[in-house]
Amino acid sequence: MTDTIVAIATPAGRGGVGVVRVSGKNVGQIAAAVVGRLPQPRYATLCTFTDHDGSVIDSGIALYFPAPRSFTGEDVLELQGHGGPVVLDLLLKRVVSCGARIARPGEFSERAFLNDKIDLSQAEAIADLIDSVSQQAARGAIRSLQGEFSKRISHLSELIVNLRMYIEAAIDFPEEEIDFLADEKIVQSLAEIREALQETKKQAGQGALLREGISLVIAGRPNAGKSSLMNCLTGKDSSIVTRVPGTTRDVVSEYIHIDGIPLKLVDTAGIRVTDDEVEIEGVKRALAEAGSADQVLLVIDLVEHENDWRKQVDELTDELSKHPGITVVLNKSDLVPGVTASMDDVILVSAKTGRGIDELKSHIKSLAGFDGSGEGAFIARRRHLDALDRALIHLSEGARQLDERRAGELLAEELRLCHEALTEITGEFSSDDLLGKIFSSFCIGK
Amino acid sequence: MDYPGKFDVIVIGGGHAGTEAALASARMGCRTLLLTQNIETLGQMSCNPAIGGIGKSHLVKEIDALGGAMALAADQAGIHFRILNARKGPAVRATRAQADRALYKQAIRSILENQPNLQIFQQSAEDLIVEGERVTGVETGLGLKFYGHAVVLTVGTFLGGIIHVGMDKSRGGRAGDAPSNQLAARLRELPFNVGRLKTGTPPRIDGKTVDFSELTPQFGDEPRPVMSYLGSRAMHPTQVPCYITHTNEMTHEIIRAGLDRSPLYTGEIDGVGPRYCPSIEDKVVRFADRNSHQIFIEPEGLTTRELYPNGISTSLPFDVQINLVRSIKGFESAEITRPGYAIEYDFFEPTGLKASLETKLLGGLFFAGQINGTTGYEEAAAQGLIAGINAAQLALGRDPYCPARNEAYIGVLVDDLITMGTKEPYRMFTSRAEYRLILRQDNADRRLTETGRKLGLVDEARWARYCEKRDLIDARKTKLGAHWCQPGNPKLDAVMGQGLAREYNLAELLRRPNIEIGKLLEAVQLEWQDEEVNEQLEIDLKYEGYIARQQHEIERVKSQHGVAIPGDIDFIGISGLSHEVRQKLDQVRPQTIGQASRIPGVTPAAVSLLLVHLKKSGHIRKSA
Repeated sequence: MTDTIVAIATPAGRGGVGVVRVSGKNVGQIAAAVVGRLPQPRYATLCTFTDHDGSVIDSGIALYFPAPRSFTGEDVLELQGHGGPVVLDLLLKRVVSCGARIARPGEFSERAFLNDKIDLSQAEAIADLIDSVSQQAARGAIRSLQGEFSKRISHLSELIVNLRMYIEAAIDFPEEEIDFLADEKIVQSLAEIREALQETKKQAGQGALLREGISLVIAGRPNAGKSSLMNCLTGKDSSIVTRVPGTTRDVVSEYIHIDGIPLKLVDTAGIRVTDDEVEIEGVKRALAEAGSADQVLLVIDLVEHENDWRKQVDELTDELSKHPGITVVLNKSDLVPGVTASMDDVILVSAKTGRGIDELKSHIKSLAGFDGSGEGAFIARRRHLDALDRALIHLSEGARQLDERRAGELLAEELRLCHEALTEITGEFSSDDLLGKIFSSFCIGK
Repeated sequence: MDYPGKFDVIVIGGGHAGTEAALASARMGCRTLLLTQNIETLGQMSCNPAIGGIGKSHLVKEIDALGGAMALAADQAGIHFRILNARKGPAVRATRAQADRALYKQAIRSILENQPNLQIFQQSAEDLIVEGERVTGVETGLGLKFYGHAVVLTVGTFLGGIIHVGMDKSRGGRAGDAPSNQLAARLRELPFNVGRLKTGTPPRIDGKTVDFSELTPQFGDEPRPVMSYLGSRAMHPTQVPCYITHTNEMTHEIIRAGLDRSPLYTGEIDGVGPRYCPSIEDKVVRFADRNSHQIFIEPEGLTTRELYPNGISTSLPFDVQINLVRSIKGFESAEITRPGYAIEYDFFEPTGLKASLETKLLGGLFFAGQINGTTGYEEAAAQGLIAGINAAQLALGRDPYCPARNEAYIGVLVDDLITMGTKEPYRMFTSRAEYRLILRQDNADRRLTETGRKLGLVDEARWARYCEKRDLIDARKTKLGAHWCQPGNPKLDAVMGQGLAREYNLAELLRRPNIEIGKLLEAVQLEWQDEEVNEQLEIDLKYEGYIARQQHEIERVKSQHGVAIPGDIDFIGISGLSHEVRQKLDQVRPQTIGQASRIPGVTPAAVSLLLVHLKKSGHIRKSA
């Protein structure tokens, strides 16, 4: 293996020490760039970790293990800093910009195993590890891909596929009677994609995710106890709580921390059909808020729906346009002792007695990607941002090749790489898929 | 009776795949038999009379670089040459030749007959001789038994073919020829996976009934391109134009009125047709907003008046065909010489093949050409070449030669087929090649001829020309870097569009956008004659950064992707893999980690688990 990988080696969230681990051929050059020198092998060296402009990211200990006497059997560099998620993310980003790529789940252990650093008898354990962290990463990626971000990504993907379709068709089928895009149109389309890419990056910024956390909308029928749950989680009376259904008519939001993890919590009006104009507007806003949220806590009144809460969940899920990040919260469970929640993503609570609230909090923590078990939405978002960065570089280079050299084939190559980076987020798109697009859009075959 | 003596390689079928297979094996010094139903049809072009085109000329030039016949035959038979994508970059440029069918056949026949070590025999092959899990020979209709170390089957032109014209259907191969039924039946008894495909041809037109004054002529390019690295313009026969016309609303009306008798639209045809080569009725139905479709009229040759109207392939009834043809400008009084038809035929799932094109089922048996689900002379010839080489390698006790995706379009072709199979007749496009900037038609010799020489495929003449070109490129590349240009040369300033700020060498100047080597050399008074060499110098510098990046990528994945997967591995039993991934791996049974990673749906995590499994079972020592 010739490429260099990097990962945050300590559990995400707040910790005393955070470790970024790098393995592979480029370790020397990365060490020189980030800490100014290659540390003496196997000695803890106090260093400053610097960004590309020389500014200080953090200070801490650097450890260098030359191959083959290292965890992976390759050159390994460990940077131990002060651990906050923002700092670790900056450090990770810095190392990536120096010529590493973010490791796949379990990849350090995989390399160690393939390089005889882990006993062959551990093969099953390694396989299990790769399997389980890959599944976690997949869930993390799905979480990262929710709400507005997901819409932007699929829009971006459509724009790129459409442009590639024209460009590749012009190359492979120049003699067909296709209305090929004039260069000005291509330039225009490139500018549009670049803008969409930059917007997406800005909107999806890791910094924002880390500072503001994920957004969590509390939704449900009127009087299910949404506002009580809100107050229970914020620890203050943000929302007015009455017995009258439809009390919350607008959107109420609060920034809170759970064990130091930032979250944006949003209380909304109960979803129902009504004639009250103010309430109609409230329902509309509730649905819009839920649509753009990372996660939805769907609150069900268990007293009302002891026997048909599953049906309620299905109905409301449809009304919420099948939001992919729904957690079902069965409220007022203190009054209905017989019900058990036997599924994932269903949690029994009582906003009144506080029952189940700790469990809900740790569930929210894991949703935010800070459950300490490796790959959550946090690192998934870093992967996605990294992919967007690469997509943008290729897009800009493609535009330059067209502008300076009129080189359509080089633009095509850069667009292919740009699209390839994006498919790390959206999933596979083969050359045959692209040909399929061409054949269904243009009449090919003279 | 047993035919006396044993062959190294037996090739069954004398189409484009069979001829390249037989020639390659014989060039490598193997005693080779080419068994064909009919010696008169050797080198026949059964579809349109053209060689090359985008993606396809890339294959032709690679075959040429490995000593094959196709490009030279195209130069001897070509009556109209064009460069496609001439104004685009060199990586996507392509050459296409219209060929005189008779001259092409003559050229191929002559190359075959003059090839040492090659014996041609006319008999239909009716059965394979199988011993255990190996094929050891072939039995013919007369009961003659031929024995050999390896057998290459290229009998794919329309196995189990059914021809449709309107609602009439008949059994048959390419119109006029008997289908290879005996052998097909025998093959179907073996546990190969059989699929069904469809393709079609247009009605042919009698040129003397066409009003050419109504058609738009298209002339070949000047300076006239050449197909083979050993070819020259002097080889080319008389050049003629092609013509262009269009369908119109009336044509489309006639077609729509005939759809109730179209086998395509009445459910008679189940085979899957190519998306890039639809019938005219398909185009009219699917692109209803278009009121006209282009028809490219190809001459069939210098000594015939028959024309091939490319673009109106159809299986509509004959009465509809006459009317639709006569509704077209220039064809008002045209007579059809052969009706158009659709044909359904069998192919064998190419995922059952190794990268050498040997079947996984039977040792010593190789498949090449249409039998593997491909379409096109060039795709067939490319596979024939690989199958012929590897049959010979097997007979010689050597390892197979399997060019990688980054070495040749031939590698892309074979890897796509054996990894993903195909659902429609497979045709090459440049967009299938991720290393498109490296795999150019202009450098096929630089990519492949040295390997071809080692394999014994390249003769003295080709080798001498190659070495001369290679050495000249190297020498001139050095000179470009060493030739310094001072500011103040007005001729040079004119070429550069601005004065030089300081002294630069020629390589630096040539790297700049939109600077052509010819003009640059002229401005500095260098007379370098060899155009092919100059072109290579220019492309090498212009693509420098991209080539370096692709090379880097190739290096990056090589060590891991090259890891071999043993043939007897139990994919179903690998722990951690999802059920779906296990099924996919078991279906394709990839030979390397690289191939496994390219199977759709096989994730990077699945590849990791596969590596861990191989390590555990002792198939990988140390990967670092």
